[in-house]
Amino acid sequence: MKQRVLIVEPSEVIVEGLKSILEGQIRFKVLEPIADTGALTERLLSSRPEILLINPTMVADPATLRLHEPMAVVALVYQYVHRDALKGYDAVVDIRDSRAAVIETLAQAMPGETNNAKSSYDLTKRETAVLVELARGKTNKEIADALNVSVHTVISHRKNITGKTGIKSVAGLTVYAMLNNLIDESALL
Amino acid sequence: MMMKSRLFSSEARLSDLITAHPSLLALLTRLGISLGFGNRSIGDVCESSGVDTGFFLLICNVHTFKNYVPASPTILGTDMTGLVPYLEKSHRYYVDKRLSHIERHLDAIAQELGGRIGQVFISFFKDYKQEVEAHFAHEEQQVFPHISALMAGERDTTYSISEFLRNHSDIEGKLDDLLNIVFKYLPPQVDDDNVLDVVYDILRLREDLKKHTFIEEKIMVPLVKHLENATKK
Repeated sequence: MKQRVLIVEPSEVIVEGLKSILEGQIRFKVLEPIADTGALTERLLSSRPEILLINPTMVADPATLRLHEPMAVVALVYQYVHRDALKGYDAVVDIRDSRAAVIETLAQAMPGETNNAKSSYDLTKRETAVLVELARGKTNKEIADALNVSVHTVISHRKNITGKTGIKSVAGLTVYAMLNNLIDESALL
Repeated sequence: MMMKSRLFSSEARLSDLITAHPSLLALLTRLGISLGFGNRSIGDVCESSGVDTGFFLLICNVHTFKNYVPASPTILGTDMTGLVPYLEKSHRYYVDKRLSHIERHLDAIAQELGGRIGQVFISFFKDYKQEVEAHFAHEEQQVFPHISALMAGERDTTYSISEFLRNHSDIEGKLDDLLNIVFKYLPPQVDDDNVLDVVYDILRLREDLKKHTFIEEKIMVPLVKHLENATKK
């Protein structure tokens, strides 16, 4: 199945360039691009793209864009952007990247390929995000706020994480996260 | 009781009991019985070791038969003076012998992991060990003196066993976490021999701790409730 890509970008030059790169690819279908974030929520809900390619300067927090799953949110950058501003993104495409690099980045960001759960025992991207926050010592409430979901959803993710990993305690999950390179040392308190 | 016929009796040879259920070996020292008992019967060995045979059989039966929950007449009809010493010795056995042994293996694994991962890995265990020690210390300082006082016929109102059940935390849970981490998630470069050794150790300790919790909740608590009521009057 083709991965549908929604491009959110004001520059027509950039949009046309990306379209010409992606439309030659059998695995992508480029949806009608949009130039600003005004109608973005509606578009996300109606077209449910697998990949959202968006200029990070247009949105304060990419977590607010995650209205459905699976969807990879990919940042489209023109120049130097501080890495903190790119934290909530699944991948980054730089417009100076080669044609091949752009395709590769998007292909790897595709949910269902490399990022999503390979089997029912692998953690989904969302569960992984919750796990990482837990390992950083965040409470359910803080995680809910950070990921823009309800506390109830966080608790349900936690149940799934424990069901899949067999590990209940936060301390144990922190060890798990480290052994799987999900967090680095600096993330630990 | 349905299981009665299968439970051990004092006439059986102690060596037969151990041959059939080798895991009971770990209990002998804690119950005050040394090895070298030859072919003597359970009753005989208990008597010469100063251990109440009824109490010895009760603990062995609980450890061996999964669904065996002693009825309250059995508990109240058994000489329980050995209970607190047994529980205390078990605590020491878990901390000084089993956990220290596991820690040595995990230290070696942490060395192999190296760096911050090794540190986080071993500190998970050290924190757990501290929790267990605090759990045991609470019992030794609050609960056991209460029981000893009641058994001596004193009325002790400073503590009530109903508090015990409310606060009795689960000490096996994190051991399950540790088990999962050790045998499922360690990177392949970690020496398998070391991992297998520690997995067996953890499995054994987990089963023992489960029985320990069972003895506290299903034997010690009913006994103490009875003693509390008896001294109220």
